[in-house]
Amino acid sequence: MNAAIANQKLPGFSFAQYLTCLNGIVWREGLRFVHQRERFVSALVRPLVWLFIFAAGFRQVLGISIIPPYETYILYEVYITPGLMAMIQLFNGMQSSLSMVYDREMGNMRTLLVSPMPRWYLLGCKLLAGTVVSIVQVYAFLLIAWFWDIEPPPIGYLAVLPALVLSGFTLGALGMLISSGIRQLENFAGVMNFVIFPMFFASSALYPLWRVQEGSPMLYYVCQFNPFTHAVELIRFALYGKMNWISLAVVAGCTAIFMIGAVLAYDPSRGLSRRGPAGGET
Amino acid sequence: MMNPEPSIADDKATGLHGAAYPDGAALAIEGVSHCYGTRKALDNVSFTVAPGSFTALLGLNGAGKSTLFSIITRLFGMQAGRIAIFNHDIGYEPGEALRCMGVVFQPRTLDLDLSVTQNLLYHAALHGISRREARVRSDEVLSRMGLADRPGSKVRDLSGGQMRRLEIARALLHGPRLLLLDEATVGLDVKARAEILGHVRGLVSEQGIGVLWATHLFDEIVSSDDLVILHRGRILAEGKVAEIVARAKARDLHSIFAQLTEIGLGSRDAAP
Repeated sequence: MNAAIANQKLPGFSFAQYLTCLNGIVWREGLRFVHQRERFVSALVRPLVWLFIFAAGFRQVLGISIIPPYETYILYEVYITPGLMAMIQLFNGMQSSLSMVYDREMGNMRTLLVSPMPRWYLLGCKLLAGTVVSIVQVYAFLLIAWFWDIEPPPIGYLAVLPALVLSGFTLGALGMLISSGIRQLENFAGVMNFVIFPMFFASSALYPLWRVQEGSPMLYYVCQFNPFTHAVELIRFALYGKMNWISLAVVAGCTAIFMIGAVLAYDPSRGLSRRGPAGGET
Repeated sequence: MMNPEPSIADDKATGLHGAAYPDGAALAIEGVSHCYGTRKALDNVSFTVAPGSFTALLGLNGAGKSTLFSIITRLFGMQAGRIAIFNHDIGYEPGEALRCMGVVFQPRTLDLDLSVTQNLLYHAALHGISRREARVRSDEVLSRMGLADRPGSKVRDLSGGQMRRLEIARALLHGPRLLLLDEATVGLDVKARAEILGHVRGLVSEQGIGVLWATHLFDEIVSSDDLVILHRGRILAEGKVAEIVARAKARDLHSIFAQLTEIGLGSRDAAP
């Protein structure tokens, strides 16, 4: 009888079960977001401060010439809006990875990793969940920005959605990759200094690259190689119903590279096993 | 007539080394070793857990119990040896193996900000169980674990014993045939410990679930249990408690443990 039980064949997972799993992970990420209201507020306040204060001051000193995708002179606020949208996603991606480090320290991550679903799928779902949360924040930001006379064409609100999904995946996967290499929560502060700020400032989020090139050719090339620059440009063009193919290719490529890296880093034989059991365990 | 070439399917059934797993074992561990750098945490560990049996894995802190649990659950990669859960090799069929198994880890793994039911629904989703089915099962397991009156409570508001019971309920949600519990009673008072142990023994006797219970507490083990003594990463004894004690002509489990591990035990009910 025991042998009969032992040899019982299990059917594989159906498509509906994979969807249930995805739904569950997105639902849990959403619940967490709802419970952390201050996270939502701070996610909105950060770009709004840039828009209302920083941009108001800079519009007097920084002229923006007519550059694609814009067809006329624009205010500085209009220029930095796509950069601030990408900034929301960048911070959200890092916030998600921070919560993964926290989950790992608290033990919650084990719940996810011992699921029978394929690990790459679980991490992909986690990534999508983080992206959904970031997109909600971006649209909330766009709604407030609309009252500040940031009015992209109506089609842009729809056209930008795929770009936001892709850039959200890229930045989330980067955060996931980083979090797989961080041992303790305290070490995460370094991510702010070594990843978020350099990525944000060395990009086209705050000023056009031709301006950067005038000031420092070397920094210009750094900005060109920064995936965040391409995430910003992808969003910028999509927001005006246009496509930047180079940015699309770079962002898609980076998503694949970061995602593969994150999955490999969370592979038990290459990730957790090097660290040994958590404190107190034997 | 020539024998056909062994296929991948054969390999899956028999494991890498060709020999079949013990027939009918809920959990079969064979020759598992694991190192942290140069420190050997597990050294050629082999034992089995039969379906519907309560197997205690007894060892001091640092014996390698949690490392073994991490390998069985695939949190750690396998460095040497092989493991099968109901004949599903965790290297070849990890999904199938994990579906047969429920786990309660030593550290708490609940989401404190979610409610009792939300934690269960999340776990159910990770196993592909639909929301409707998950709600039915949640009610069942909560009732079984004495938490039927707390479905909406925040996990943060539960006592230590209730959290442990919730973790066991969660581990049972997807209907596993093997339950692994790593020091599940650590930090609990005597009453809560007894309750949890009673619940788990009830699962063995009433539902035929195989249990691997890692502990360092002697009073959680009874003479009819299967026992594996793990010390410094090596198995020192395996079999029924009564048989091990009789074989060594020792007075009780306490004596045989002290004798095998060559340590002096001050307390009568707990390894130091």
